[in-house]
Amino acid sequence: MLRQGLLGIAVTIWTLQLPTHADNANSQPRSGYSFLSAETRRMQDDDFANPGMLWVEEGRKLWNQPDAPGGKSCQSCHANPEQSMRGTTTHFPRYSAAAGRVINLEQQINRCRVENMKSSPLAYETETLLALTNFISHQAKGMTIDVAVDGPAAPSFERGKESFYMRRGQLNLSCANCHEQHVGGRLHGEPISQGQINGFPIYRQLWQTSGSTHRMFAWCNEAVRAEPYPAGSQEYVDLELFERWRGRGLSVETPAVRR
Amino acid sequence: MANSRIKVPESARVGEAVEIRAMVMHPMENGYNVDTQGTTIPVHIITDFVCRYDGAEVIRVKLEPGLSANPFFSFYLKATKTGAVDFEWVDQDGTVTTAGATLRVG
Repeated sequence: MLRQGLLGIAVTIWTLQLPTHADNANSQPRSGYSFLSAETRRMQDDDFANPGMLWVEEGRKLWNQPDAPGGKSCQSCHANPEQSMRGTTTHFPRYSAAAGRVINLEQQINRCRVENMKSSPLAYETETLLALTNFISHQAKGMTIDVAVDGPAAPSFERGKESFYMRRGQLNLSCANCHEQHVGGRLHGEPISQGQINGFPIYRQLWQTSGSTHRMFAWCNEAVRAEPYPAGSQEYVDLELFERWRGRGLSVETPAVRR
Repeated sequence: MANSRIKVPESARVGEAVEIRAMVMHPMENGYNVDTQGTTIPVHIITDFVCRYDGAEVIRVKLEPGLSANPFFSFYLKATKTGAVDFEWVDQDGTVTTAGATLRVG
């Protein structure tokens, strides 16, 4: 009788200690910037020392560069990108009626290239595509993320949400296990952030280069020993949409510097 | 030619020490990295960085593997007269990347 009573108390205490911290940690979106060391923050804040600006400047040059065989450039349709692209990235990923699904910024660039410029799509993680996404996203620096998750985007959003909370890989961890339940903790000496994507494409010091959201998703998937989806897959676009919504209220930091 | 960024003040007073900054986009492969197939990525680095002020060499850096990608140099230059500040990065394969600006003194 006494033994059963003690066991009951123990179980009660154990249950109480379960993820109460999850809600607190995620009540307010926090940019990855707030988890950085002072040195890395300074690197991001200094427009010259921030290596991501190399891609932004290259994107500015590519904007005016005509591409064979159409002979058109981005500039042909979108003159004055500092104005015409201002805030564009804050609405991506978004539903495209023409594509019949939710697409991200990279896919929009490629649709423009194929349909309007009669050129070839750019592969993920190429210097050219990274330069363009960096440049376009940089035009929204400081602006608040504002994605639509209702209407035709709703199924995509739901799939993305499900993906975020789905355990995966040999380590059997979901995104939420780290980025909601252990925010502020440490993994391999590095702080665990909320996994917000408001600074993408980022200059990641580990990679020594600029990288897209989908490269980061794949990297995280591999870290939990799960088979990553290909960059540009609908699974990642859905997750990207959910992640952008999750960070609503945060401002665009592109190009952010991260560890 | 690699993508580069430089920062040279437009003007300076005679004798003033001005900050010069230069960065170049380069992977600076150290020869120890492997690709997704497990194949070693060979060494690929910038070997020399040179800055000339009004034709005269003011700084020369010999780079080695082990430096971070996209090397960034910052140094001070004593402004003496109006002249060109030219930068040069030499890749190990012989490719030369150049950039330059004019510093107005007086």
